[in-house]
Amino acid sequence: MLLAVVVFAACGDVSLARGMRVFGAVTLANLPHLFAALMNPWVGLGILMLLGFFAGYLSALSWADLTYVLPATSVSYILMVLLAKFFLHEHVTVWRWLGVALIVAGVGFVATGPEATPGAHRQNRPQSEFELLTPRTEIANAGGEA
Amino acid sequence: MTHLALWGGIAAVVVASTVGDVLQSQAMKETGDLGLVRRSEGLGAVIRRVVASARFMLGLGFMAIGFFSLLVALSWGDVSIVGPASASLTFIANALAARIYLKERMDRRRWLAALCVAGGVALLAH
Repeated sequence: MLLAVVVFAACGDVSLARGMRVFGAVTLANLPHLFAALMNPWVGLGILMLLGFFAGYLSALSWADLTYVLPATSVSYILMVLLAKFFLHEHVTVWRWLGVALIVAGVGFVATGPEATPGAHRQNRPQSEFELLTPRTEIANAGGEA
Repeated sequence: MTHLALWGGIAAVVVASTVGDVLQSQAMKETGDLGLVRRSEGLGAVIRRVVASARFMLGLGFMAIGFFSLLVALSWGDVSIVGPASASLTFIANALAARIYLKERMDRRRWLAALCVAGGVALLAH
């Protein structure tokens, strides 16, 4: 799920960037160009991918903490730098590679810990005294036999 | 535009984005695991649950305010300052808000992760 969020975010941004290159800088004077840009296939693809990113991001927040999802999905910045270098042929400075290394370290820190605070999400909260006293595996088995 | 106004604009972006993220996280914590809901009740049920949440809609509103504040801030200052400053400070503000408001368990690893990602995002602008 998080991998899909990362891929959608990075590919969506790169698609938008690829599409907007055709139109050049948008200013207040040529604002209608922005609506014309929506007809560009790359811009359309980018918007669809960013919608996919948002759906995946919300889904991830439904089972993981915000402080887990945000650093974990920041892998998209790394993918974006790689796509910018190899797909858009942009120059990537040493500082940017250092930034990528810091993000990798950050993702490494968060990935080694638990994804959710116990009891913070609806499905992790005990609903009754039965659930408080009975291990989750036994509840699942009981549900399967019913 | 003065230095103070520019940083005021960046602060508006950070505050609005953080409030939006926190409200959406809170809303999603209440909907239940959306993957499980989709498998058991279908995609329609997922959309109904999400859209019916007042917190989600409020969060969406704050994210829109954050986006337009970003556009305004970008018109006041260089993108090389506004972009990385707002993105990296939003990571830190989110970590603080999640700890204080959402009561998420922030161990040392999560603080280090937030700081590393914030620093990394700031460097990406160079």
